[in-house]
Amino acid sequence: MQPLTAVNDFVIKFANVNGSGSASANTLFGKSILRMGVVATPRNIFPSNIQGLPTWYEIRVSEKGHIGCRGGVDLMVAMNPQTWDEDLKSIEVGGYLFYDSTKALPPSKFRKDISVIGVPLTEMCNEAYTDPRQRQLFKNIMYVGALAALLDMDIATIESLIGEQYKGKDKLIQPNINALHMGRDWALKHLQCPIGLRIQSSDSVGNRIMLEGNSAAALGAVYGGATICAWYPITPSSSLAEAFQNWSARTRTDAVSKKRNVAIVQAEDELSSIGIVIGAAWNGARAFTATSGPGISLMQEFLGLAYFAEIPAVIFDVQRGGPSTGMPTRTQQSDLLSAAYASHGDTKHVMLFPEDPNECFQFGALSFDLADRLQTPIFVMLELEIGMNERLCAPLAWDDAKKMDRGKVMTAEDLQAGKQFGRYLDVDGDGIPYRTLPGTHPTRGAFFTRGTTKDRFARYSEEGHDYVENMDRLLKKWDTAKTLVPQAIRRNADEPTQAGVIYIGSTSPAMDEAVDILANQGIALDLLRVRAFPFGKEVAEFIAQHEQVFVVEQNRDAQLRSLLVNELDIDPRKLMKVLFYDGTPITARFIAGAISAKATPQKVVPFRKVVS
Amino acid sequence: MTFLLKPKLHHPNLPTNALGLTRRDYEGSVSTLCAGCGHDSISAAIVHACFEMSLQPHRIAKMSGIGCSSKTPTYFLGASHGFNSVHGRMPSVLTGANLANKDLIYLGVSGDGDSASIGLGQFAHSIRRGVNMVYIVENNGVYGLTKGQFSATADRGAKSKRGVMNSDEAIDMVSMAMQLGATFVARSFSGDKAQLVPLIQAAISHQGAAFIDCISPCVAFNNHEGSTKSFDYVRAHNDAVNSLDVITGRDEIIVDYAPGTLEMVKQHDGSVLALRKLAADYDVHDRIAAQAWLSGRHAKGEIATGLLYVDLDPVDLHASLRTVDTPLNELDETVLCPGAAMLDRINASLR
Repeated sequence: MQPLTAVNDFVIKFANVNGSGSASANTLFGKSILRMGVVATPRNIFPSNIQGLPTWYEIRVSEKGHIGCRGGVDLMVAMNPQTWDEDLKSIEVGGYLFYDSTKALPPSKFRKDISVIGVPLTEMCNEAYTDPRQRQLFKNIMYVGALAALLDMDIATIESLIGEQYKGKDKLIQPNINALHMGRDWALKHLQCPIGLRIQSSDSVGNRIMLEGNSAAALGAVYGGATICAWYPITPSSSLAEAFQNWSARTRTDAVSKKRNVAIVQAEDELSSIGIVIGAAWNGARAFTATSGPGISLMQEFLGLAYFAEIPAVIFDVQRGGPSTGMPTRTQQSDLLSAAYASHGDTKHVMLFPEDPNECFQFGALSFDLADRLQTPIFVMLELEIGMNERLCAPLAWDDAKKMDRGKVMTAEDLQAGKQFGRYLDVDGDGIPYRTLPGTHPTRGAFFTRGTTKDRFARYSEEGHDYVENMDRLLKKWDTAKTLVPQAIRRNADEPTQAGVIYIGSTSPAMDEAVDILANQGIALDLLRVRAFPFGKEVAEFIAQHEQVFVVEQNRDAQLRSLLVNELDIDPRKLMKVLFYDGTPITARFIAGAISAKATPQKVVPFRKVVS
Repeated sequence: MTFLLKPKLHHPNLPTNALGLTRRDYEGSVSTLCAGCGHDSISAAIVHACFEMSLQPHRIAKMSGIGCSSKTPTYFLGASHGFNSVHGRMPSVLTGANLANKDLIYLGVSGDGDSASIGLGQFAHSIRRGVNMVYIVENNGVYGLTKGQFSATADRGAKSKRGVMNSDEAIDMVSMAMQLGATFVARSFSGDKAQLVPLIQAAISHQGAAFIDCISPCVAFNNHEGSTKSFDYVRAHNDAVNSLDVITGRDEIIVDYAPGTLEMVKQHDGSVLALRKLAADYDVHDRIAAQAWLSGRHAKGEIATGLLYVDLDPVDLHASLRTVDTPLNELDETVLCPGAAMLDRINASLR
């Protein structure tokens, strides 16, 4: 057996028990690698549980900067007896197993084709501490210390991070550093350090930042001018509303009065959340809710109202595994159809697909301009993968010259000057009518908002022609939306090719890596990362320019492909499905395998020949 | 209903209020409800109340859900913005609107189907939060628009027009509102305008969650023998605990009643409620005693009406959330956007 050797290029996975305090130790470990200038991408794989069930924390270390999920494990830190067998099995041949060797295990519990590293963590803790909670928590820090020795990490970096982590609770700093050294010293004394895997200081991180997409989206809402947030707790979106609360506490408190420029309501359910958002936006404030698939299901009736009565609203949908309660702590891209066509009757809704926290921030802010401009709900479609995991991304940027686009709102002056007001009158030919806010003018501009059919002056109507005119104008507005939403981003292969790939959101890093793997196999692919629905004309052009287009997405029913077929009138046979939906993040290995099986250079035949 | 349009002209000598507006300026379009519907009397009472208080119509927002009662905002305050939302969800839409602009008056109009069945949750939670609003339930115990099914406020043992007996217990929204912390609770009857108008005025001047349960007989489906929401039944069992006058002017208040029978209640907005006791042992400020008293009347089949509870120190949702004095919908990026320099600091903290 040849042990794996790699510098700054491996996957380490921690198997823990939920509620054991492992998360902060694991985060500390991940952050230390980043501080050494090496790209490290953590992923939490957690159960729908508070205490007792298995939880994993995976870190992909990549000098080349790959941040997508790789698949496989090179070093397993097996701290959970419950999942021992499964964890052991997942280690790559030649990989390493790190475990607590306090209690002897029979040889049948190990593998011969891996290196086994035992550290008597429990024994050391029991000797050093008497308090049971301390024994538990310091055991975690101790394994970080041992790993630091095994991977040849810079101990000063870890020490300074501990200092930052416990800033304000200073008396915790030294005990943690002591535990760190206990683990490290034991390893240096009893084990051969370093092992084949090593972390070496580098400068591949650059000025990038690390944060969760949910937090970034919430910060985007702050920068976008949101003043009202109504939400109902649901994994994986709760941390978005909570982050908004935290960012607001920091940035939205009036210096003099100490009062808040924001109102955050934890509602009784998702129906109430969206109702509050719609009421607030109707009254001219920027409002949003954060939810996940089940919440979108509950909001359907209100979303139809907002579409038909033309009220702005922003909905952050942090997608998880569906249907029903599904996999609440796993990731998917499976709410596309339920959001795109939410509610009964003919409806279409704008969606944005951020790829990482940076775009969560950008789109988080942009969504409020779009909602006001288009007077319609805007869905920001996050995924658990980017929402609840910290991800390395470009620093957030803001242009101070930027003003909020409040859209077409008539002022008291407009009304006083006698400007004609028809709430559903298409004055500018872009399908977007003007609105007035309650309280604007004593005698002009009042109207009645309703979900029933109305004429262009908002008067109740049961006339077919009023209905058709209104529905057709909404389609015109939909066309206007195509010109306002973020365009798809195209990246062509180094050589001309007839094959293309379309994908969205968190698939991005895995796709970047897969395209390199495939290029090495002689399969050249042009890439198109779609960033919004409705699709701009660049999407139709891309499909038209390629013989074969793979649509890579993380759901069972090829929902993105359905939208492409449906909205762009594409022949379904032209769009090849590449689907991944087991709830874990899609990997480059999977994408490369799936595409090369369908399109090796030899197998690529012009589309017309295939179907003839 | 009538198909005639309302003429815009009116008698030149119609009385005007402090704003120089006539009562006609507070009306809406012609009602399309059934002739004699109790809801139309409530609309008229709203018009009357707002006219007398000299409220600016455009500073009132009318919100409703779905149903006969929820249609009525079209029939009053034509110069106000209105929002006919979805079934049972008026409270959340109103809450959002209120959060966006604390300076307007929010008038929520709902029915017993809208608020006691599909919307029971939203009713309860909007009251719990102390949204500054007037929440009127036009309560007829029946689904009118879908032709006569029982609603959740129909009394057990009441008979439908088709002769079916209601076997489900009734929901008493007044008791619920009290239990849930409404700071103003009243019950009235659409047929008693003298009682209803001052209650609406007092509810509007109350700076918290004000709830009015207004029994409003349905002439089409629930006005027959055996109904407990018919005009005859309500008249026979109406048991008013007090009668109310609202004094909004700054005039000196002179009262001339026997001691102990009249209470002057000053509200935060300066208005004074002149409350004449009809039930000697009823204390309008004691929530727990009032709840017990109401249960007792209910057990005897009586319908207690009047101002049933008022808290003179209401804490509304904005106060709980400590929002700024300026309406949130008036804030611009100079206040709301923390800017690039702050973002640089945030970036630095994320490395």
